[in-house]
Amino acid sequence: MITQALIIWLLPLLAFTIQIFVGKRLPRKGDWVSVSAIGISFMLSIMLMIQMFMAYDPEFAVTAAMPWIETGNFAIPLGIRLDNLAIIMLMVVTTVSFLVHVYSMGYMAGDQYYNRFFAYLSLFSFSMLGLVLWDNLFGIYMMWELVGICSYLLIGFYFTKDSAANAGKKAFITNRIGDFGFLIGLLIVFTTIGSFNFSAIHEGVSSGLLSGGLLTAAGVLLFAGAVGKSAQFPLHVWLPDAMEGPTPVSALIHAATMVAAGVYLMARLSFMLSFDAMLVVAYIGGFTAIFAATIAITQNDIKRVLAYSTVSQLGYMIMALGVGSYMAGFFHLVTHAMFKAGLFLGSGSVIHAMHHSMHKLHLHEDPNDLRLMGGFKSKMPVTYATFLIFTLALSGIPFFSGFLSKDAILGGTLAFAMSQHNPIHFLLPVFGFTAAMITAFYMFRLVIRTFYGKPVRPEIYEHIHESPKQMTVPLMVLAALSIFIVYTLPSFNPTGAAGGWFDHLIQHPHSAVSAQLGHDVLHIDHETEHLAHISGIIISILVAGLGILLAFFIYYWKKADHTRIAQSIRPLYLLSFNKYYFDEIYQATFVRGLLAWNDLLNWFDAKIIDGIVNLSATVTRVFSAVSGLFDLHIVDGLVNGLANVTSLFGNGLRKIQTGQVQNYILGALLGTVLIIIISLI
Amino acid sequence: MEINEMLFLAIALTTVLSALIVALSKKIIYSAFALLLTLIGFAGLFIYLSADFLSMAQIMIYVGGILILILFGVLMTQRIYDPSQITAHNSIWVSLAGGIAMAAITGAVVWLNPWGKTLAKDFEYSTSRIGSELLTKYLLPFEVISVLLLAVLIGAVYLGRSREVHK
Amino acid sequence: MIQLNTFLIISAIVFSTGIFTILYKKNVIGILMGVELILNSVNLNFISFAKYSDAQINGQMIAIFIMILAAAEAAIALAIILNIYRDRAMVDVTLIDEMKN
Repeated sequence: MITQALIIWLLPLLAFTIQIFVGKRLPRKGDWVSVSAIGISFMLSIMLMIQMFMAYDPEFAVTAAMPWIETGNFAIPLGIRLDNLAIIMLMVVTTVSFLVHVYSMGYMAGDQYYNRFFAYLSLFSFSMLGLVLWDNLFGIYMMWELVGICSYLLIGFYFTKDSAANAGKKAFITNRIGDFGFLIGLLIVFTTIGSFNFSAIHEGVSSGLLSGGLLTAAGVLLFAGAVGKSAQFPLHVWLPDAMEGPTPVSALIHAATMVAAGVYLMARLSFMLSFDAMLVVAYIGGFTAIFAATIAITQNDIKRVLAYSTVSQLGYMIMALGVGSYMAGFFHLVTHAMFKAGLFLGSGSVIHAMHHSMHKLHLHEDPNDLRLMGGFKSKMPVTYATFLIFTLALSGIPFFSGFLSKDAILGGTLAFAMSQHNPIHFLLPVFGFTAAMITAFYMFRLVIRTFYGKPVRPEIYEHIHESPKQMTVPLMVLAALSIFIVYTLPSFNPTGAAGGWFDHLIQHPHSAVSAQLGHDVLHIDHETEHLAHISGIIISILVAGLGILLAFFIYYWKKADHTRIAQSIRPLYLLSFNKYYFDEIYQATFVRGLLAWNDLLNWFDAKIIDGIVNLSATVTRVFSAVSGLFDLHIVDGLVNGLANVTSLFGNGLRKIQTGQVQNYILGALLGTVLIIIISLI
Repeated sequence: MEINEMLFLAIALTTVLSALIVALSKKIIYSAFALLLTLIGFAGLFIYLSADFLSMAQIMIYVGGILILILFGVLMTQRIYDPSQITAHNSIWVSLAGGIAMAAITGAVVWLNPWGKTLAKDFEYSTSRIGSELLTKYLLPFEVISVLLLAVLIGAVYLGRSREVHK
Repeated sequence: MIQLNTFLIISAIVFSTGIFTILYKKNVIGILMGVELILNSVNLNFISFAKYSDAQINGQMIAIFIMILAAAEAAIALAIILNIYRDRAMVDVTLIDEMKN
């Protein structure tokens, strides 16, 4: 199994190496190298999956390790760990990656840097798979940075466009802030426990090597990395801008896999989160969920709507991990990866069609703009049907995968709130349910404005065509993976994952913090859980239905004019439309602040430091004038006398200084001989 | 006399004789090629001392690196305005006196100390031990010397860069 | 078995030859060769003591560092020599005495 995992992991690296060096000269610019590499990885992942099902054991895990760095007492072993979590994640990554590779063959066809695109995709797949496989934080950190690099390269893929290059830089710098926290957390863990290995950390935390405030600090700092990578508030600003990259990249990296890396990391580390750290995680996740959802309502760029939706859904997952619903958070990661990748690929299909249509008409407008679309249903039936399925899944409608996972999260949040004695924690489920309603609303707004109604611009509409097979087939596959049955087998219950394989295989790991404290960090009894689950189902169906109805009410039946509504709540509308002015706030505070700080330092330097220097110079001058008189008459006399004596000697000795190197060597030799002779005597 | 020892004698003689050629030859280019023989001879002697890694390093660093550098130096400084300078030497008597004095000292040290009594061991491979020592006990010198090499690299480039003629 | 003395004598001869070379040559590159001879003979000494005593590896380690230093020294020295040559069109060490005064 380990060999299999290694092959899965290293094949994309091989493909990357081939692509980057000879890709340009290969037939078809070498796209088949990358596609077949990830294809084989995909098949092998399926085989791993089958092996996992054969075992069907929640505790299933295979590990292998070898020493990597060993100097003296300092040792970092490298190892990989294949447990259910890793195998399922492996499956998700290879599936989405493979489909995106196939889709890109159609989408990127004819691009100038076609081979480079595939090279980057392969490198990304390699790093992401590594991130999933490593059994230690150090390896994850390396891969973490590598996926960051790939993200940077692919966001700025159209680097001749200023906005793309800037978006790349923004993503990179924003991630640095989070990664800095991650690194410090890493060092705290290593200095206290002395290992990066997960099982060693587990033992270390259980036995109390890392405890109290430091444990909370480590948890929160490691979470900071996830905040950056998974675009959580307040570091969410980079993800919407990252949509400057090609659409398949948005689907692969910025919807399904890389941004989920933060969630995966938190899932891996959930055993070492103290209660306070969990609260931080939960509140940041919950707030991000609702905060991003409200922004998504007013965006007109189809990809930006999806980007904010991604931020919001990631918030859900983080919140789930924060409230201890380990399985729910990871479940939502998996289902979300499938349908959100599908949504992005579907939007890519629409954009592709728009782009070609505009190209034919020589129009230079934004192909992503929702306001130019409408009525595409009949022109792009496959894209429409799949897009609808993904939307239903994302909105949390029963019979689709999203319902199962979102409901699990909402139920978990409710259970958490009910088991705590502090009523303020009911904020979390309120965040969750409100965000669920808004999600349903903005997703249907998107669907209605893209596919339903009359074409807004008939001339563009005329030239819209369905996308080629390479693009529609991945959509259909992803749509099939968004049906509830995939995740609930062998049970056929559409209202919950309980009894299904996923629920069975992914169990909450034994909390090391609980072991250390001697009691559960978070105790939720079964009755509460059951009650929360039932009420969660009812409320979430209600709010989702409400959101959809509202969307149809405004955008389809046009009972209310949406511009009028926007006018009537103009301040709120503007706030949302401008993303709560976060970019502007960061510009005004951090960027300006930094510049102002520079100016201040500059001023300080010019006025204060220089003033002090000048003052001391004046004082010194006065002193020196006084001492000069002393000098001239008393000291000089002495010095001159000394100098005369010295120069007398010096003139004599100068004769020896011939400037001939070899004379000096001879002198040294003579000295050596003398010393030896003296010592022998 | 075993074949082993005969081979040793041959290597030792080559080393010493070619070192003398380095010292005595009139033309610098002959010295350079004699130096090649000396360095290879040292590499051979190292093998007799269980220093397999060092022997290879000797060939790679000295023969492959330093000697090539010296040859470059010789070739690049051949065009000298005064041909007599190429073969000019200092007084041979003074130099010989220095050399013999040194030989006397070192010879006396070798002669007067009971070195011969120390134990002799069989050949053992040392490469793996050097590798592990380099990354454990000698890690700091190793790092320091890598910084030094970097400094040398930059310094050599700085010195070797072509400047504009300002005359 | 070959005696330790043999190695020491070879080393001593080459060392003295190196000293002689440094004193004898006027060409800077010749002097550099003499330095290389000396460094090599020192290396031989270290390694033979390493072999014939208990501390086997330490001598070899020092020899490695000497080799690296020798390489660094040769690189810098040749860079300097080439600079001198470029300025003065000669490499005679007896004529290089600008720093005397």
